This record gives sequence, structure tokens and C-alpha cells, in this order.
Amino acid sequence: SKLQPRTLSALRAVAGDEGVCVGAALREQHGRDESVHRCRPPDVVVFPRCVEEVSALAKICHHHRLPIIPFGTGTGLEGGVGALKGGVCFSLRKMDQVLDLHQEDFDVTVEPGVTRKGLNSYLRDTGLWFPVDPGADASLCGMAATSASGTNAVRYGTMRENVLNLEVVLADGTVFCTAGRGRRPRKTSAGYNLTNLFVGSEGTLGLLTKATLRLYGLPESTVSAVCSFPSVQAAVDSTVQVLQAGVPIARIEFLDDVMIDACNRFNSLSYPIMPTLFLEFHGSSRSLEEQVTITEEITRENSGSDFSWAEDEETRAQLWKARHDAWYAALALRPGCKAYSTDVCVPLSRLPQIIVETKQDLITNNLTGPIAGHVGDGNFHCIMVLNPEDPEEVKRVHEFTERLARRALAMDGTCTGEHGVGLGKRALLREELGPLAMEVMQGLKATLDPKNLMNPGKVL
Amino acid sequence: MTARVLVGVKRVIDYAVKIRVKPDNTGVVTDGVKHSMNPFCEIAVEEAVRLKEKKLVQEVVAVSCGPQQVQETIRTALAMGADRGIHVEVSGKDYDSLGPLQVSKILAALAKKEEASLIILGKQAIDDDCNQTGQMTAALLDWPQGTFASELVIEGDKVKVVREIDGGLETIKLNMPVVVTADLRLNTPRYATLPNIMKAKKKKIANMKPGDLGVDMTSRVEVLRVDEPPQRQAGVKVESVEDLVSKLKEAGRI
Repeated sequence: SKLQPRTLSALRAVAGDEGVCVGAALREQHGRDESVHRCRPPDVVVFPRCVEEVSALAKICHHHRLPIIPFGTGTGLEGGVGALKGGVCFSLRKMDQVLDLHQEDFDVTVEPGVTRKGLNSYLRDTGLWFPVDPGADASLCGMAATSASGTNAVRYGTMRENVLNLEVVLADGTVFCTAGRGRRPRKTSAGYNLTNLFVGSEGTLGLLTKATLRLYGLPESTVSAVCSFPSVQAAVDSTVQVLQAGVPIARIEFLDDVMIDACNRFNSLSYPIMPTLFLEFHGSSRSLEEQVTITEEITRENSGSDFSWAEDEETRAQLWKARHDAWYAALALRPGCKAYSTDVCVPLSRLPQIIVETKQDLITNNLTGPIAGHVGDGNFHCIMVLNPEDPEEVKRVHEFTERLARRALAMDGTCTGEHGVGLGKRALLREELGPLAMEVMQGLKATLDPKNLMNPGKVL
Repeated sequence: MTARVLVGVKRVIDYAVKIRVKPDNTGVVTDGVKHSMNPFCEIAVEEAVRLKEKKLVQEVVAVSCGPQQVQETIRTALAMGADRGIHVEVSGKDYDSLGPLQVSKILAALAKKEEASLIILGKQAIDDDCNQTGQMTAALLDWPQGTFASELVIEGDKVKVVREIDGGLETIKLNMPVVVTADLRLNTPRYATLPNIMKAKKKKIANMKPGDLGVDMTSRVEVLRVDEPPQRQAGVKVESVEDLVSKLKEAGRI
């Protein structure tokens, strides 16, 4: 380890002997996430047990100019936890309590070790849930840090809309709450929106040690449906019309023909190999009937076919299996390869054009990239399946993702709808925001973290 | 159509909580710790509610034994679809020493009183792992029992139960009235929704004491001591096979 013995002693004096680890295996575990970025292990991993320890450890790092890397569950997709300059990884998993649940107010405060599924299990007899669902069983504070989204953002919003307050520890150990300690009004116009400054900051401004989240009532009933379309345009047109008709659709997911084909093979299904929409409706039995009828009509008007739907859990799970296993189905297309997911998001009206152009790009450049997307948000992912040991393919994929990002930017969109900037999209962020907005961001960073210790080399 | 199903629900420490032994080694810490319905009891309630939805039974009655707090657990069963609840008040020393023998006596008495023809219980509780209450209840009532059920089908006045056993699956047919205990794969329990929780507040929970049922609460079991499992020791790396053999001999393993 590059750390001085007395620095390690100082860390141990705060977190205890078991709370400071220099073993290679543990450091490697904390130097990687689920992206294709290679492992960049920190010099040491610390496991604080409370915010006072986080603050004391941060003060030590601040004094010795050591980088601070917050770590939740390591399920990020953009290399956000890589310790590029070494330093101290703060694994927050020991802080795992659900604090302060207020059922009538629909809010709850959680520590960073609480995961999405853990919270929903905790809430299971209250009739409430936290609906933001990025797929992985991620830490809720990690989801706040990356401004995560998911398949039902179209109805319930992303982390930006659902974090009411954050407890933050800055690089110098200062602890404060973005909306004031303990405050949880459903809305506020008090001062600058610090909460949303830290949501999406990817560990570059401070450590998140508590998040107050907005909860929702569990849907009374759920109906899932699937429908095939002759073209991407028809599928997206249907999506727009469903939203315009005021149907409060909970999930509306798009899979292209390549993705459907992969899913068919992986799960021995027999969906028609065409652009397909997977839909989910939440509500009372009566309202569901109405929602499904309106939606079926719209899909028919857009030449949709094979509309099938189900209400009981087992059949719904079967219907959605294709969408759930999409990642693995894509990987199965080329066993032994890895997968990288692109993440652009554009205004809905531009979605057909960008998907058509992207599919053409994939074919022209001989790339494997089945598409799955949160079409209700204009966000889609190309699951690039590639051999990471083949430098030529890696280069081709990289160039493709740059072209895709620029295509999205040219259509008034963003290079990252939900995964974050992390390590690989900093140049694209500059293009997306322009120099003046970047300067404002740099200014904020310099104010909150003048020594640039918070997750250096990410985002900016 | 079978009239009445009795479902036993137990309030236990939530499965996700890290259990800590009390410093005086008399038990585990329960103060301020999250409690919820025993997961196998959730499965039992779900099965009973499904039977009612299929119109195979007329009424589902949820029963719990314990102090005031177990009413929350009964309310959860009501929110899942049970029709009414029975709270058998047991507190203090009686609650500390409450075990399968007393509970099965209470359930047997209630089954007679309520004229139930089917009792569904979880196969075991996650705090004591006894796996005895269902079996004892059946014995006290002299009813047949279908334990570790992964499937339950009512066929007229008989019940077909598929049991998960060591060798695989065993299918048995039992004459009602009958006791069934639920295993993990019997079903996936529903989550209570807000509207159902609201409706459950209006459902009735009757209160009674073990004495009202003529049940003697004396325990024949006394807990002497509770200890944590031994801490896992660090392993040792060896450089050669000879080293490994000599270390194993030292430890008396070979």
C-alpha cells in the first residue's frame, strides 16, 4: 500500500482495525463496477459505521491530500468507482439502517448501505414502495449519486424527482443537509436547490450519508402487455399517442428485432422478430381495463399485432421475461464476450430517426448491438457485445458510441440518460454542455472540493 | 364449500435484521428491532386468501398469540385478504416461554370453537425454527396433517397435498378436517396495498385469553443460555503439501 503507516493508524483509530483494509482482494473488489472499465483499486478501503466516522476519516484524507472514493454496491455502469489516483475508498455498506419512515407523509430516510430491494422489502407491509428501478439492486444513495432512473420513470420519475433531502459529507469533513436537517416537505422553494446539485454528482462533490426519499402507494393491480410492430416508427408513434391519450402507463419498453431474436434464442420463446413494445399498467382493476383498451386500440391503429396481456403474476412474469433477461440474452449472442451499454436520450419525436440511423451504423460497421429502450422517456440502450481482448473491435465500438452520442446531441438530447458520465463520457459532457456551463460546474467543484479529492478524474 | 380456514400468524424479528444476543445471554435483543410476520405465515395467509378467491372456502380467520403488538401482524393478514382476526393475549413471562406446545393447544381449542375444517400454518418460525406447531395441533385434534406443502388442492371433502421431502416430492390425499403447513414454494405472497390496508382497519379482531380457551400456559422448556455462533477464524496459507499435511496432523485431523 502506498499509504504511510501513521496514516493507516489514524484511519484505524477512527474506523477500528476491522474497518480499514489493505488486502489486495478487497481493494480490487472496490476498484471495479459492472462497466467494462478495468479495475483501478484504491490504496485502502475503509468501512465507516456512522456519519461521524465518515467525517473524521474524510478529515484525515483532506489533511494528507488523499483521494476519497465513495462506494455503494459497485453496480454502476460507467467506471465511477475506479481509483485513478489511488487513495481511500469509503465503502458505506455498514451504514445500513432504514431510519425515519413516515407512512402518512410518504417519505423515508435511508443510510447508504440500504439497497433498493432492501428498502422495498422493509416496506412490504406498509403498502408503500420506492419505484425507481434501474435493474440492479443498487444502494439508494448510489442511485442518488448517479441520478439513476429505470423502467418506470415514465410514471414515477427518476431520482431527481424523488430525493427530498440528502446528508452530505464534504472532502474536508463538513457535514450538512441539503434541505436542512430532518426536513421533508413535499415541495419547497427555500434557497438554492442543493439537493439536486448533489443528485447526479457521482461522488465528485461529497459523500452521501443519508437520503430522504419520496414513497408511493403500491399499485392495486398490475397488467402487463406485449405488442409487435412493423417498424420502429410505428412503435414510437404508439408510445407518443398512448402518452398523449393520458394513459398513466407505468412502463413502456422497446426492444428492436435483433434484441427480440436474441431473447427468443436465450429463453426459447417465439416472439415475432419485429420491433416490440413491452408495457405495464398500474391501477385499480377498473382503471386497468380502461387503460388496456385504449392502448390496444392505439397499437392497432399503428399496425401493431399480436397484442397479448396478462394480470396474474406468473403470466406477467412470463410475458416480461424477454425484457428482464435482455442483458443476458445479448451476452449469449457471443459467448465469452463482454457487454457495454450505451445510454443516449433524445426528445421523443426524434427517437425513430436516431434508432434507424443507429441500426444502420451497427450494420455498416459489423457490430453486435441489440437495442432495448425506455421509449416513454426517449432513452435507449445499445447493448454492445464485444471481445475486450480484440483492440480493433474495441476501437470500432468506441468510435460507434462516440458517433451515437454526437447523433443524440445533434438532436437536442444527452449523451447519458441515466448511467452517468463516470470515466468515459467527460469529453462528451463538455460537448453537451458547452464551455460556459462547464465553467460554472468547474466553479462549483472548486468551491466544494478545492483540493480535488472527491473521486478525481470523473465527470469533469 | 368448506366453511372456515384458520391461519396462524406469528410476529417475529424481521428476516433482514442482524440478530444480536443480549449481553446477559438470556436471549436476543428485541427492543427497538423491526418485527414482521413470519415469512412462512405470509405464505400460509396467501394460500388461504387464494382459496377464498377461488370460492373454495367461505371465511379466512387469522390468529396470533402474544402481546398487544401482534395486532399489527393480524392487521397485515387482514390487509392481505383475511376476513377477521383473533388475538389471544399472552404477555410477560408467559410470552417469554411461549412455544409450539401452548400455541398448538390454543389453535386446537380455537379450531373446535370456530368449527374450522382447515388449518394452514407456516412450516416453522424463523426465530425458533421449531417446525412443531402444525404437527402438534394435528395430533391434539386427531386430524391428518400435510406438512411442507408446496401444493394444496381441495377436492370435495378431501385435500391433496404435494410435500417437499428429502427424496423429492410426495403427493398425499387427506380427509378433511386437516392441518397443512406451508413450505417456501407453495406460493409467492402478495404485498398489502394501501387501499387494502385501509379496508383492513375496519375488519374485526376479537380478543381473548388462553384461560378463556381452557389452555394451560405452563412451559415444560426452560431456556438456560443463548450464545452467538463462534466467530469465524482466519484461515492459514501453506506453501507446500508437506506443510499442509503437518498442519493437519497438528490439528489432530489426520
